[in-house]
Amino acid sequence: MQLSLGENLFFWQREDIYDFYQRMLEQPLDIIYLGESVCSKRRELKTQEWIDLAKELAAKSDKQIVLSTLALIEAESELKTLRRLCDNGELLVEANDMAAVQLMAEKKLPFVAGPAINIYNARSLQALYNQGLKRWVMPVELSGETLADINSDAQELGFGDQVESEVFSYGYLPLAYSARCFTARAKNLPKDNCQFVCLDYPEGLPMTSQEDQSVFTINGIQTMSGQVYNLLPEVAQMADCGVDIVRLSPQPEGLEQVIEQFRQVIDGQSSQIMAIPADAVNGYWYKNAGLVNTHQS
Amino acid sequence: MELVCPAGNYPSLKAAVDNGADAVYIGFKDDTNARHFAGLNFNDKKAYRALDYAKDKGVKVFVAINTYPQPQGWERWQKAVDLAADLGVNALIGADMGVLGYAAERHPQLGLHLSVQGSATNYESLKFYQENFGIRRAVLPRVLSMSQVRQVAAQSPVELEVFAFGSLCIMAEGRCHLSSYMTDQSPNMCGACSPAHAVRWEEKANGGMETRLNDVLIDRFGPDEKAGYPTLCKGRFQVEGNTYHALEEPTSLNTLELLPELKEVGVCAVKIEGRQRSPAYVEQVVKVWREAIDAFKANPQGYAAKYEWMAALDKVSEGSQTTLGAYSRPWQ
Repeated sequence: MQLSLGENLFFWQREDIYDFYQRMLEQPLDIIYLGESVCSKRRELKTQEWIDLAKELAAKSDKQIVLSTLALIEAESELKTLRRLCDNGELLVEANDMAAVQLMAEKKLPFVAGPAINIYNARSLQALYNQGLKRWVMPVELSGETLADINSDAQELGFGDQVESEVFSYGYLPLAYSARCFTARAKNLPKDNCQFVCLDYPEGLPMTSQEDQSVFTINGIQTMSGQVYNLLPEVAQMADCGVDIVRLSPQPEGLEQVIEQFRQVIDGQSSQIMAIPADAVNGYWYKNAGLVNTHQS
Repeated sequence: MELVCPAGNYPSLKAAVDNGADAVYIGFKDDTNARHFAGLNFNDKKAYRALDYAKDKGVKVFVAINTYPQPQGWERWQKAVDLAADLGVNALIGADMGVLGYAAERHPQLGLHLSVQGSATNYESLKFYQENFGIRRAVLPRVLSMSQVRQVAAQSPVELEVFAFGSLCIMAEGRCHLSSYMTDQSPNMCGACSPAHAVRWEEKANGGMETRLNDVLIDRFGPDEKAGYPTLCKGRFQVEGNTYHALEEPTSLNTLELLPELKEVGVCAVKIEGRQRSPAYVEQVVKVWREAIDAFKANPQGYAAKYEWMAALDKVSEGSQTTLGAYSRPWQ
């Protein structure tokens, strides 16, 4: 199995983004996704700068570099940005909306379907395979069992060997997208004058119940899981389900240790699985509510 | 402007048809549709009766098969599509590419609408569904501002339907996993959000109420407050020490005042939400909207949303209040 780094879902300062990717270049990752998938107002890097950075990373390493695209596309200006990314002429594109699928299919170029593309069965996967899909990231709410079923159905339909499956395996889960910006709402700011407050929350804004139970994490127009999802103990199961790629999601601190642990387990150098952070969850993988931690209950 | 109305059961269907619906939409009695609630929806026999009643009065019937089948359940979705074709419904409202593909291939005569659960918010993605499955119409998610609806409509390859009234999803439909994160059931997988089996109402000693979803506290109500159903995006939560409706208040969408603009940008149908609501709700809402659309048709320039219409709709709204939702930029 390969190890990938998903696109950064949070909003960071320009210099932090550049530093981060230079550091990631040194990490034992096989694939790096980058680009803005959450909010088109997040422009610390302009579209061309994302493309340039991605090409630079590709030139400097043998990692596969993939350009990620916006998940919720509402405006003509956002389609324009999407077209520029799809026209990059070199790098693979991750579609997070059907608009990107359509543009890539029109160009007859291969694409990755990100977790915001609804693939719940092999027939849907086949419909996209017929349009050029070469890899898909399972919707985060699906279980390992469902993934195994989809992969085996894809084999029966005769295209299973032509597509790779990838699982979001570590980080805050992207759960929902809205027209409303909940970070701006928390600061009593209108979205149209948000003052880019997301920059103040490089790991999102925790939202708890009135009993202080962690519920969700606010990340602009995106709502994420309140707890980090962690499938490190499930890596062996993923291999059994036919998973090709294990995806980690960027966080500002301590990502190197996470990468190292996943790398060791994937490479079989360590069967010792790190003590799970007390608050990590894995419910989705086991067909439970997402916020469940089956290793604790 | 076509008025598309909800029918969760036969009495609601009659109420919709009798009060001026141009089309009604229904679902079957299983998880193939996004209102999979106990005691709701149509078995085969009731569906045939519904078709007879509606067709007799010249009203169209659409059937929603708009959840996402997982491999284990595929046969149920296939059966539902076959039944819809056999019923001769005017359109199937689908979201999943597998379902749409099966319907297009097996039953080419069946009109296909892309459900709001298909989450197509721009014309490029509408093109995808039109070119691949031949959809005729799409229902737009409730995330677009009025000017964005205009942009989509200007280049859409298919007819557009928008939500006009009813409970408000604030997340892009078809791409919200909040419910499964908290409760193990979601609209996409099970046709349910904040499902009843996970709900707990707890009366407190002071006469107040706490509402929970799978044990997570969604809201606390004082003795004088009316406790609402714990839909998880409409609870009061804490962010940086403040307790408030962090995502949205209990409120309903009402676009009565936008009717002329929707017509002008080229929207062809307006949809009333609420298959889970009572026949009395359906009657009330359909009556008001019929009157409004007729008034608009008779005198487009002189149209204005009447006070009594708005008051009647407020009464059946969540939290007794309404909003323009994402159509209005300040809401965002």
